[in-house]
Amino acid sequence: MDRKVVVPGDLLSEDAKKSGDGTYVKDGRVYSLLYGLANYRDKINVIPLAGKYIPAPGDNVVGVVKDITFSNWIVDINSPYDGLLHISEFPKRIDAQEMSKYLRIGSSIMTKVKDVDPTMKVELTLNDRKLGKITTGQVIEISHTRVPRLIGKGGSMIGMLKKEVNCNIFVGQNGRIWINGGADDMDLALRTIHLIEKEAHTNGLTDRIVAFLKKEKGARS
Amino acid sequence: MIDMDENDISFFKDGLRLDGRRTDQLRPIKIEVGVLARADGSCYIEMGGNKVIAAVYGPREVHPRHLQEVTRAIVRYRYNMASFSVEERKRPGPDRRSYELSKVSREALEPVILTSYFPRSVIDVFVEVLQADAGTRTAGINAAAVALVDAGIPMKSMISACAAGKVADTIVLDPMKEEDNFGQADLPIAMTPNGDITLLQMDGNLSPDEFHMAVEMAMKGARDIYEIQRRALVEKYSQLEAPTVEVKACE
Repeated sequence: MDRKVVVPGDLLSEDAKKSGDGTYVKDGRVYSLLYGLANYRDKINVIPLAGKYIPAPGDNVVGVVKDITFSNWIVDINSPYDGLLHISEFPKRIDAQEMSKYLRIGSSIMTKVKDVDPTMKVELTLNDRKLGKITTGQVIEISHTRVPRLIGKGGSMIGMLKKEVNCNIFVGQNGRIWINGGADDMDLALRTIHLIEKEAHTNGLTDRIVAFLKKEKGARS
Repeated sequence: MIDMDENDISFFKDGLRLDGRRTDQLRPIKIEVGVLARADGSCYIEMGGNKVIAAVYGPREVHPRHLQEVTRAIVRYRYNMASFSVEERKRPGPDRRSYELSKVSREALEPVILTSYFPRSVIDVFVEVLQADAGTRTAGINAAAVALVDAGIPMKSMISACAAGKVADTIVLDPMKEEDNFGQADLPIAMTPNGDITLLQMDGNLSPDEFHMAVEMAMKGARDIYEIQRRALVEKYSQLEAPTVEVKACE
């Protein structure tokens, strides 16, 4: 795979049709919009190395309730924009007076972005089996730019990780990750995720992670 | 005032400047990226005797609320000189000069930032001058541009800034303190690598020919600075690029 560190304004291609994510076209040429890694496939995408999480519809995120209004929970989703979880998006019917019985200020939730409007009003939902309040396990935070690498192509990395460390893992696109399992397993998962975060921009990462896990588990047994 | 003849002798010696530079030579530059752990992006720059640190926070929520724009992010730029940055203690706090520099520096950077990507938010840029030696606004803009990139903010291109001046009837690049204080003109510019100028100021007097010469010289300086900025950013990640040695240890 051909990757290269680029900065904004770098010329990537003379062919305007190759413009992908994180690029822009000016006078028929493709330039980088971001500081990141340029990926040369049929289209050129620039994967950012830094930046804030900007919510998009369909993203799974881990949030923390920071306020309760008349019919909404206001949820911090590690982004410049707060998420709004409406009472009707809770899996069961609840009374507006009793909202804090179900989710209090400080409660962590696994949630999904339902919609984002042009003024960046972010609507969240809990209406899915895998979503809900977090009661066990732990939540860790990595940079959201490393999340695609943690998931891997078609979920290859995260699938392997879940199986190898024997933990339940929910990856939020906002960089918050929920892990649940035995104490030793969680510790290994945590260290593996931090390793992936640190080396996210390098090639052949999955193989190296497999080797790392094999060695760690060998040391334990 | 100083006699003109005396001036001639004191600014140049054997065709070189007081600090041994040629007329078209920059002072040594050092750039470090990501020096502040709590900022979203940061940069420390040394340009000759100037020492400047820039921090970028954002995009984040706007406070106070009434400054918020519904369709785009706003950019705030604060240029500040530390009281110990100059020989005679500077009274701390904003003054006429720092207000002006904040405004022109913000306007030098804003054209390349894609503010429409982040409605209702703010991008805060803080530039602190720790040590001043003429040309702090250009050093500040250079540092701020690198810090913005480090913060992952989408931009059309980088911005590089450089000054040219006139001393003893000669156009010089990147004047240092003595040349700035006793020179005849100072002309700082900021531009994108492909030559679009986003800041151009001048004090003193230049003839049209001298003006063109000075702009050309400053633009060349800015292009050289761009290469240094770019290298500093690329190096931040290429340092970690090859952990192959570690892998072998694993197996």
